[in-house]
Amino acid sequence: MSRYSAWAVFKNGFSGQKNWDRQWRDPEPKKEYDVVIVGAGLHGLATAYYLAKNHGIKNIAILEKGWLGGGNAGRNTTIVRSNYMMPGNRYFYEHSLKLWEELSHELNYNVMFSQRHHVSLLHSPAARDAAARRYNTMRLTDTDGELWDLDTLKKEIPHLNYNNARFPIIGAAVQKRAGNARHDAVAWGYARGADMQGVDIIQNCEVTGVTREDGKVTALETSRGRIGAKKVGFAVAGHTSRLWQMAGLGNLPIESHKLQAFVSEPLKPLLDHVVVYGVGGAHFYISQSDKGGMVFGGDLDWYKSYAQRGNLPVVQDVAECATAILPCLGRVRLLRHWSGVMDMSMDGAAFICKTPLDNLYLNAGWNYGGFKATPASGWYFADLIANNRPDPVIEHFDLGRFKRGVIIDERGAGPDPKLHG
Amino acid sequence: MSAKRLSQGGRIDRDQRIKFTWDGSSMTGYAGDTLASALMANGETVLGRSFKYHRPRGIMSAGVEESGAMVTVGQGSRRDPNVKATMQELYSGLAASGQNAWPSVRFDVGAVNGLFGRFFSAGFYYKTFMGLPPMEWGSGTGLWMKYESIIRKAAGMGVASREADPDVYDHAHGYCDVLVVGSGPAGLSAALTAAKAGLDVLLVEQDCELGGDYLNLADDASAKKRKDLIAKLEKAGARIMTRTTAFGLYDFGTAGLLERVTDHIASPDKHLPRHRFWTVRARQTILATGALERQVAFGNNDRPGVMNVAAGRSYLNRYAVLPGQDIVVATNNDSAYATAAELANAGATVSLLDARTVISESMMSLVGNSGVNLHTRSAPLNVRGSHGVNGLDFAVASSNGWSAQGSESCDLVLVSGGWSPVVHLLSHRGIRPVWNAEQACFVGPDEVNEPIYMAGSAAAVWNTDDCLTSGESAATKAIKALGGKTRQKAAPVAGGWESPIEPLYEVTVPDRQLKSFVDPQHDVTTEDVRLAHREGFVSVEHLKRYTTLGMATDGGKVGNIIGLALMADAQGKEIPEIGTTTFRPPYTPISIGALKGRNVDGHFRPLRRTPMHVWNLDHGGTMTMAGLWHRPWYFARKGEGISEAYVRETETTRRTVGLCDVTSLGKISIQGPDATEFLNRIYTNAFAKLPIGKARYGIMLRDDGIVMDDGTTWRLSETDYFMTTTTAHAGKVMVFLEELLQTRWQDLRVHVTSVSEQWAGSAVAGPKSREVLEACVEDPAVMSNEAFPFMGVINTTLKGGIPCRIARISFSGEMAFEVYVPSDYASALMDLLWGVAEPLDGCLYGLEALGAMRIEKGHVTGAELDGRVTIDDAGLGKMASPAKSFIGSAMRDRPELMREDRPRLVGIKPKDTSQTFNAGSILCAEDKVSGLGEGWITAVTHSPALGHWIGLGFISSGYEAWEGKTVIAADPVRKGNIEVEIISPHMYDPSGERMYG
Amino acid sequence: MIRINCPFCGERDHTEFSYGGDASIVYPELDASMEEWHDAIFMRENIQGMQSETWHHANGCRMWLVVERSTMTHEIQSVRPAHEGNAAVLSKSGSGGEQ
Repeated sequence: MSRYSAWAVFKNGFSGQKNWDRQWRDPEPKKEYDVVIVGAGLHGLATAYYLAKNHGIKNIAILEKGWLGGGNAGRNTTIVRSNYMMPGNRYFYEHSLKLWEELSHELNYNVMFSQRHHVSLLHSPAARDAAARRYNTMRLTDTDGELWDLDTLKKEIPHLNYNNARFPIIGAAVQKRAGNARHDAVAWGYARGADMQGVDIIQNCEVTGVTREDGKVTALETSRGRIGAKKVGFAVAGHTSRLWQMAGLGNLPIESHKLQAFVSEPLKPLLDHVVVYGVGGAHFYISQSDKGGMVFGGDLDWYKSYAQRGNLPVVQDVAECATAILPCLGRVRLLRHWSGVMDMSMDGAAFICKTPLDNLYLNAGWNYGGFKATPASGWYFADLIANNRPDPVIEHFDLGRFKRGVIIDERGAGPDPKLHG
Repeated sequence: MSAKRLSQGGRIDRDQRIKFTWDGSSMTGYAGDTLASALMANGETVLGRSFKYHRPRGIMSAGVEESGAMVTVGQGSRRDPNVKATMQELYSGLAASGQNAWPSVRFDVGAVNGLFGRFFSAGFYYKTFMGLPPMEWGSGTGLWMKYESIIRKAAGMGVASREADPDVYDHAHGYCDVLVVGSGPAGLSAALTAAKAGLDVLLVEQDCELGGDYLNLADDASAKKRKDLIAKLEKAGARIMTRTTAFGLYDFGTAGLLERVTDHIASPDKHLPRHRFWTVRARQTILATGALERQVAFGNNDRPGVMNVAAGRSYLNRYAVLPGQDIVVATNNDSAYATAAELANAGATVSLLDARTVISESMMSLVGNSGVNLHTRSAPLNVRGSHGVNGLDFAVASSNGWSAQGSESCDLVLVSGGWSPVVHLLSHRGIRPVWNAEQACFVGPDEVNEPIYMAGSAAAVWNTDDCLTSGESAATKAIKALGGKTRQKAAPVAGGWESPIEPLYEVTVPDRQLKSFVDPQHDVTTEDVRLAHREGFVSVEHLKRYTTLGMATDGGKVGNIIGLALMADAQGKEIPEIGTTTFRPPYTPISIGALKGRNVDGHFRPLRRTPMHVWNLDHGGTMTMAGLWHRPWYFARKGEGISEAYVRETETTRRTVGLCDVTSLGKISIQGPDATEFLNRIYTNAFAKLPIGKARYGIMLRDDGIVMDDGTTWRLSETDYFMTTTTAHAGKVMVFLEELLQTRWQDLRVHVTSVSEQWAGSAVAGPKSREVLEACVEDPAVMSNEAFPFMGVINTTLKGGIPCRIARISFSGEMAFEVYVPSDYASALMDLLWGVAEPLDGCLYGLEALGAMRIEKGHVTGAELDGRVTIDDAGLGKMASPAKSFIGSAMRDRPELMREDRPRLVGIKPKDTSQTFNAGSILCAEDKVSGLGEGWITAVTHSPALGHWIGLGFISSGYEAWEGKTVIAADPVRKGNIEVEIISPHMYDPSGERMYG
Repeated sequence: MIRINCPFCGERDHTEFSYGGDASIVYPELDASMEEWHDAIFMRENIQGMQSETWHHANGCRMWLVVERSTMTHEIQSVRPAHEGNAAVLSKSGSGGEQ
């Protein structure tokens, strides 16, 4: 398969764009694979990629009920950051950010990771101190992070609401290496990368049953027939519980909730950073896509749902949050809003772990932070599947942590899934 | 295109001339014009530039699907980019300008991009811009970000203002029996039928006038029918909203509407909102949303002067602009014939290319009588001209496709590739439209499991009279569903053309390179679609995302079906096998301002003030934010800043007496025979034996054993308790108590009532606190140490007959009381207390001093209890009764939570006591100032009592483990590293003598 | 907008209510084992379809309700007071109960 480069683009310009290969094949499923990943979302694709790349496993299939990258991969607001502080999260997300920094080169696919600074607004001295704890922890673990005072912030982003804000802005906590990326490109880049290493990405292949024998999964029943598997990994955020129950494993510490996302009409550059804030019960994040749309979002719709449709109250609330900090957005028009189904875990942290079945592995519970985790999630899930033991970095990403009493809840919100994010 | 204004006809008001400007030039139009029709009448052709190639673009439609005439309207803080000129009503002084072009849309340097078009195929940017060309050498994101800054500037469309939007917006709410969306023949008839049945009908129309397609018809009969329907509708009592777009359908019959109140007015009343966002709850919904005419992909089909046929008719009949002199009309269906005839009758030379072979007699005679040149089996192949149309190459059908036939000079090309019913709103409900092969379009499914009915051309009913019936039929369904009596009127079947449509999506001939646009706004061409297919992006969703087809501001209204058709063709499948695209709200873009309404600036969230707020301000208080509350931060005296003020307040309170507004604490009345048992279950410590007239400090855990909240609960009688919570968790605790009583513990006879607003409170703290209260109560005897011991509670009366309840509790560590009075007496209470305290050299204190004193005492607040801390971590393990079970008791024993080396609450002081340090610092062992650290600092203050800075925080294993060791408070984001000592959190008066005194 | 027919107040927008959680959870006795509590607090069936769930009429009558609602379509099948005593009183007075 051809390598992508300016040279290739140039050459194809003269041959009518006729010589590009398929970015991934459309293979028929084989009878059996060494590893079957269920879910060709970002995490599933990345897992297959690293299984092949880092662990030399080649006989891999990814089963996807719809189209690859068709779920939350293409529905998120594309923010990439590593400003996590809890012991179980800190090194994982920093590793992820490091992988992001090289991802376009790694995949030979421009995922447009733009390290345009993640600017978290601060509204009170207490919030600044809480942010200081987080960003100090980052600094002490070799991650960039800084606090901006009001003057610096005004210089960097002059058009925030400095005059009439209900919650005055006093500064910001900033991670400069953080930013946003082109979400679809990540899915396609990993898909192409995995495919090039021989991974079969089998789309329109819905898993309808899990065949078990002696505490192991032996095969998956699918809409395209029975597919045998030596090892199976689930990576189907939003619908994890369904598969889990299909495997006869009962309940999970996960609820499915829906999160809306929003994009405006395309505009010339209006905001050069990722800006987020949370105060007074509001939670908001915004950045501008390279195409010019303002991409933004807020909180969940607050009730459990598998419907990929949001309701107006949150639309209204998010618009209020938007104009509360960027009053010029009042005249900007909303082009589209949509929603995705999130695996909300009981402590806001994820699962990359072994399961009660010997050869079944779980990747789930990403709340609304799964996009940024993609490379590391794939990396460590692949490692877990290949070596059948968790790397110490993900030792708390297991299902047993609630019984042990491990607290890696970044928000401190407690066991109510709708309160995390 | 050489358009000209007609001297008569149309719906414009020739008596009302309107002056406006386009790119700075003054022009004139008429009332009733849109910006597009006025610009067209003024001979302007190039109104925009495309997204990627910066190709010149002109008016392509007369409606919401406009993809060419995207302009910027207004200036300064009222600048609106990306306005569809076809939807902007003309008003006096309107200032419009071109966008996405430099120096102007007529001559745009960016057009150089067009020369590189061969390289700029779909998704090319995923294949390059990663590193150093040509082979993408390098690592990291540095180079990409340099490319990105150029790409970002080139992308986007208009420039938005960076100033705050000066306009106001409103939210409004509505209800109705039947919501009818669209006021064309079907909508009018549906609304009339429902209104006549006595139903509450709301008819919404995005246009400024009712009538839909009637407005584009020139004949008198149509005009009369329209007038007649509207008159009857008004008489029947239907509510009518124009300039209002139903932009989305949501759960339970809810529709979002956007009403544009002043966008068409030159100088609006300043009391009017610009837009209103309506949330309407409809019991039944009828979608008479019409249909949009499709384009056909052929060479240069994006040139200014290529429009859809219906637009040609609209400009002619509604706006009295003959859009061209020498017109080619291209079609594959009957709908274009009337327009071709009308244009010819208006004086244009018209050729009609029909891709079909079989055309009905009546259609032929319709155009024949008007002198239209009809060519059957013919279709447009390529437009000549760059900034406008000066000719058209056309093709004729051959046995295996199309072959080039010749060319014709012309100045306008009108195209009808068929019609797409507007099923967007149905799609918002997750209802998938189905393909109707006969009519070559998607329609709503027959069975919809929600009370939503499609009517008129939105249901692919093409004939105007049939549309009336269709509307009536939909209305009878709605009437029946609401229990009304009516005879079900049969719905007309889809269709209505005399000869069937022959699907036509693209015209190509072998060996000819054409630039044929599918989605002109995003510059997506037929070749892009085929490239996406070659590269494996075969699903509709992949196609959309890879090529950006359908992602522009028309939301796919123009390009989606052609894109689907081309993909189907490439795969050798039928359109329905490829799938449909899901339309997302809003139907047309809506201002974020309307969605926010008036909840902006200071009104973004409610502001809570205590009933003492004004009193506090009058007495020099500076307020700070505490959640939604404004609370006194400090009371500066002359020459003092916050630092001086809080230190003085702390010192004064500890020396004499201080008063502090504590009204914002949550207050809950807990009553009933089982109130004691209830408290005993929710608090970690024992409440079973709390005597009447006593208060107790209590800690509540969450179900998972982590601390939720703390506060005091006062026993007023056998069955009556008064609980206080923290300000931050007042609501949460109340909800939790209600939940427990109504769900888990239904057997408990307890009632909880929030009385937070009923009571205003002040802390009276310090050695002279009793003295102050003695002077304030009617009977000083109640204040004696014996009558009112530590943790005592009394109900008594203040001077002037003010009822009050007082508890002797202390957060400051001093002898202290909390006094509560009914809220209306808040100022009276403060006057009374301050009247005594001030002469005693007392002070008022705010949150900063409160914080200082509690830090000195090692009392925890939200800064420590951050939702991850256990009762043992907070040093309050002895508050957890081993003798009973309580909420959280089962889970607090989990192994990780019981580890001895968990971070525990400690006091902190700088090694060099002249130094300061910051909350948020990480505590590290002296030899390892890296990694996750040993703990963190939650709060710091200057302690006047101790004479240096102190702090609270958490460190592994608690202070005993760090005695005599130097610890580093690392604060790389601010101060750097400070050497500190870890001490007991009880830094001041550890035995509590002052409290009991 | 989800519309919830509160047995006490009538049909209202869901924004007046706050969503609680899965109403099928049976909370153990306070002195039950950690394992029992673990399952109640952390484990969810996460039903895809009609589920019984609690809502609190926070900006209304402050009553906790049990709502049967589809997590796929949001359609509501029934609403009743969570407190059985209240439900019984309501159904006796004929003003509510299952609707």
